[in-house]
Amino acid sequence: MINKEEIVKDFPILDRKVNGKKLVYFDNAATTQKPLSVINAISDYYKIYNANPHRGAHTLSVEATEAYEQTRNKVAKFINARSEQEIIFTKNTTEALNLVAYSYVNNNLTSDDEITICITEHHSNLIPWQQIAIRKGAKINYMYVDSDGILSVDEIKNKITDKTKVVCIAHVTNTFGIVNPVEEIVSIAHEKGAIVVIDGAQSTPHMKIDVQKLDADFFAFSGHKMLAPMGVGVLYGKKELLKNMTPFLYGGDMIEYVSEQTTTFAELPFKFEAGTQNVEAVVGLSSAIDYIEKIGYEYIEEQERELTEYALEKLNQIDDVIIYGSKNIENKVGVISFNVKDVHPHDTATILDRYGIAIRSGHHCAQPFMKHLDLNSTCRISFYFYNTKEEIDIFIDAIKKVRGHMGYGTK
Amino acid sequence: MELNDLYTDIILEHSQNSYNKKVIENADITELGHNPSCGDEITLQIKFDGDIIKNIAYTGHGCAISQASASIMIDNIKGKTKKEALDEVELFLKMIKKEITDDNELEKLNDAIAFKNISNMPARVKCAVLAWHTLKESMEK
Ligand SMILES: [Zn+2]
Repeated sequence: MINKEEIVKDFPILDRKVNGKKLVYFDNAATTQKPLSVINAISDYYKIYNANPHRGAHTLSVEATEAYEQTRNKVAKFINARSEQEIIFTKNTTEALNLVAYSYVNNNLTSDDEITICITEHHSNLIPWQQIAIRKGAKINYMYVDSDGILSVDEIKNKITDKTKVVCIAHVTNTFGIVNPVEEIVSIAHEKGAIVVIDGAQSTPHMKIDVQKLDADFFAFSGHKMLAPMGVGVLYGKKELLKNMTPFLYGGDMIEYVSEQTTTFAELPFKFEAGTQNVEAVVGLSSAIDYIEKIGYEYIEEQERELTEYALEKLNQIDDVIIYGSKNIENKVGVISFNVKDVHPHDTATILDRYGIAIRSGHHCAQPFMKHLDLNSTCRISFYFYNTKEEIDIFIDAIKKVRGHMGYGTK
Repeated sequence: MELNDLYTDIILEHSQNSYNKKVIENADITELGHNPSCGDEITLQIKFDGDIIKNIAYTGHGCAISQASASIMIDNIKGKTKKEALDEVELFLKMIKKEITDDNELEKLNDAIAFKNISNMPARVKCAVLAWHTLKESMEK
């Protein structure tokens, strides 16, 4: 039995006060907080074995190399990749997706081809494809969702055509937290001979990922949304695809032989990791994976489901709150988009901040989607396993005061 | 900064259904201002009579701060010359940066003094200055 109080204690920041109130952190879809074990792992790296990996013969460099490569191994097991050669460290999900855009799609797309993406995509899984399509004169095919944010199988079948070469889809949407039917998408895309790129930034923190079961051709996620530091992301790619791709960045550490006129490149995965990497973040990611595996996805999913159900129920009881997106807990993670009637989300966020509550407001880097739903912006709360029902109660009390602060009813 | 000092009656009044929020037919200048980070959008429309700002209004959407600031600015500069309006923009921006704190000097800004302490809420400064920057852009073209 996992003790929630002990879990909360693992996160020192949750103890701080904001504007004189206890911090309630509900912006986990933007970035999660870090447990002490991750903070200590980074600190130990600098205290004990900081060196440039893959370079020197000295002990520190060997230890740094070991820590770096062991993490690669750990990540491969964590998402069930066939080999650690399929794991490339990047800066974040955005860089991972750009790597695929430049090193794969750029070389394999003609003006007759199409790229299929979903209207709900985060800008990071939209702009790279849109810009490649513009350069190549190719077409972007959008899969549209209903007003709840749900993507239907019919729509998938309509938009993945014989011309589709690449399909890009978020595993979980960052706006409404909807779990997309990625397995259907992969099977339909593969039937048509298209490859599938899955943006796992919002899924990997919350559910067990098995890239083999998903049969994804590429899968990307960020460390900082799952307890690890900012500055490390992961690109998984099928080995046979990665092998034939050109490097993304050129420089040190990614070469085999360099002469005046030519260079041969290092083998996988090193050909995609040019220059000195963010070892402290990789070390932090290793510790973050340990933490997640220690408490287990079963616990994470159970906690988030309880919190989401509770929050939805409480928010539903407030007449002046409009909730967006499907409320079906079966295909949703702990993300809720909403607005307080007559109040701009930016003002709601400012008011909640005065009560120590951190939420996100705005278009959530998904402008085409917001436009599709005729929304300008929304408030978004997003949970992680360390959040509590007591925090939701504090949040609900504050939400009830928002309209008062804006001059509606009594102040 | 307390919420009551931010969402003052003046700001709330101007942010809700302002009489300055409308479309002007045959405007001489139409200028869109936008805060990409928070999504505030304001379109200023200005009609001149020679050098005088004869009529000015705005349309758009955004938070109470951005909308109120636009409405208050319009009250301030309607009927003034371009030069007077631009001077007022400079004065407002200096007040926001706390470069001018003398109340006598700031008196010219009328209701816009309500934004004097917005820099205590750094996340909202962009909202407060949006309309003023947009006006400056539009007239310096
Ligand atoms: Zn704003």
